[in-house]
Amino acid sequence: MGISTEPYSPDKTPKKHPLSLQLDVSKFEKATDEEKKQADVMSESTSFFRDGMRRLMKNPLAVFSIIVLIAIIATILIAPRVVPYSYSEIITVNGRRDKSATNLAPFTYSKMEQQYMAQGGKVFPHIMGTDELGRDYFIRVIYGTRISLTVGVFAALIVLIIGILYGSISGYFGGKVDLIMMRIVDVIYSLPDLLMIILLSVVLNEIIKPTGNGLLARLGTNMISLFIVFGLLYWVGMARLVRGQILTIKQNDYVLAARVSGAKSSHIIRKHILPNCISVIIISAALQIPSAIFTESFLSFIGLGVKAPMPSLGSLASAARSGITTYTYKLIFPSIMIALITLAFNLLGDGLRDAFDPKLRR
Amino acid sequence: MEEKFTPDSQYLVQAHDMKMYFPIKTGWFHSKPLKAVDGVSFDIRPGETLGLVGESGCGKTTVGRTLLRLYNPTGGEVYFDGKKVDAKSIGGLRKDMQMVFQDPYSSLNPRMTVEDIIGEPLDVHKLYTSRQDRRDKILHLMELVGLNAEHATRYAHEFSGGQRQRIGIARALATNPRFIVCDEAVSALDVSIQAQVINMFEDLQKQLGVAYLFIAHDLLVVHHISKRIAVMYLGRMVETADSNELNSNPIHPYTQSLLSAVPYPDPKQAKERKRIILEGDVPSPLNMPSGCPFRTRCRYATDECKAKMPPLTDRGGGHMVACWNK
Repeated sequence: MGISTEPYSPDKTPKKHPLSLQLDVSKFEKATDEEKKQADVMSESTSFFRDGMRRLMKNPLAVFSIIVLIAIIATILIAPRVVPYSYSEIITVNGRRDKSATNLAPFTYSKMEQQYMAQGGKVFPHIMGTDELGRDYFIRVIYGTRISLTVGVFAALIVLIIGILYGSISGYFGGKVDLIMMRIVDVIYSLPDLLMIILLSVVLNEIIKPTGNGLLARLGTNMISLFIVFGLLYWVGMARLVRGQILTIKQNDYVLAARVSGAKSSHIIRKHILPNCISVIIISAALQIPSAIFTESFLSFIGLGVKAPMPSLGSLASAARSGITTYTYKLIFPSIMIALITLAFNLLGDGLRDAFDPKLRR
Repeated sequence: MEEKFTPDSQYLVQAHDMKMYFPIKTGWFHSKPLKAVDGVSFDIRPGETLGLVGESGCGKTTVGRTLLRLYNPTGGEVYFDGKKVDAKSIGGLRKDMQMVFQDPYSSLNPRMTVEDIIGEPLDVHKLYTSRQDRRDKILHLMELVGLNAEHATRYAHEFSGGQRQRIGIARALATNPRFIVCDEAVSALDVSIQAQVINMFEDLQKQLGVAYLFIAHDLLVVHHISKRIAVMYLGRMVETADSNELNSNPIHPYTQSLLSAVPYPDPKQAKERKRIILEGDVPSPLNMPSGCPFRTRCRYATDECKAKMPPLTDRGGGHMVACWNK
């Protein structure tokens, strides 16, 4: 059988039967030389960071959590400027304290407010209702989120800094230094954290007694002791992680190759060790934030959190517990907030790990 | 004790009675030396290749690494171009002594582009005048090892094993060294790629005049590339000879068994020859047998072998053998 030497032309293909599954060749066009060349070259090479970001952006859950987090952060930054209520003040209508505005359901108005509105006044709606003292609940949840997020980020930062320093010293120098430093970590690991927080807040209450109106004073000693406990206890996990990372990276032949080239320790740490463990550190920091938020909420819930009237998501939920049957929404709003933040950070952390972990790519 | 070793100027690299013991913890406060390399001597002329063979765990890699002073040797001396290699002088010699690693996956930093990997030795030794000069040098090196210029901005994970090994070789060549330790440089590659890479090693030697210490466990590969071959067993050198001489006239029983294990491409020939199958396992280097280390597996072992370690003696024409059997 001879192969037709005639040049291929899509017009000459036999007519397609309407029910046939035969491909309609005319719908395809020949690849141009330029397109063929494109297939030759491998996928466009990008930097590690950009490559990771691209991968992250392909992960719908991670993108969703980034959007949620941005929305939350934007809300807690903008809302206090828009909403005319304060987290610590009872609602006033036309300069008079409104005593009837307690325990309002979302988007309802008290009698005074209704009268005022009937006279033509404007009242900003209570998006989440009001609490038992007549404070706007929405702004309290916003401030609670602010506190919880700040605590989470700062606690994670404390953990990150102490953990990286301690872990990298232990891992890089190895030997006896490593042995002693890691035994200290083991001892710290075995201390019960909750007990430490309770003890510290009692002791700190006696020692520092923050006065004035600074942020520390408004947060209260419990919060300070929470930070101190994070600084004292929670870094051990990070330190172990960093040490383990450095120990494995040190074993790699490329570190040896750099030494063969005559590179100094500082060069090796900067160019080889840090870039290869930074992603793991970032990921675990991202996962550290929700765990800190969760700890804070939990402590506030059992009454060891921020000082009243400063709200935090945990203390709001705790306060709402008493009226759970009648005012369920007061528990639901802060809980949803905690859940959203924790979930978003966790999913983002997972997405970051999938996108940046060098072990998953090769 | 023994007379002072004086380096010979005709050799580029000389190792004399090199020893490398690693302390192995046996308890909280006790440790035992693991004699990975125990008194190894050899010398390599400029532009020559010395093959180093031996089974896994016999200390081949340790020899290579101790030579480049990646480990602090327990004893012995290494001379490079007449200069003693020690903690002080090694900084200046790094440029001349390079290494190609076995595992092409772990020897390249996954965070660096090919350009930066090859350029690293250039950066360390400041071997360029401008960024353009650096780039030109890197591209030249890439061309030398058969990589395309457009690969420069890629990351190591985008390459195959053979290509990665070429990157590693280009890195080793970057400082224009006179001596390269090839530590099982082709063992991780499949056979067809092995051939390519070995031929490349040979071409580079012809072009640039580098000397190699070619470490491998495959006698055929080593025979192909080396002028001389050294056979190691349990941290000691048992036989050193010219490549062809060793192949045709192996004297040490260990070398004989190694050679008999080399696969023949011709099944007829393979059927005819006698295989010497070694009995037993390699003794633990922590618990070495007395006298000759090979005596526990040697067919010819006598009481003499039990009593004393045989020294390397010349059996004519530079064929050195460490065996009591004549």
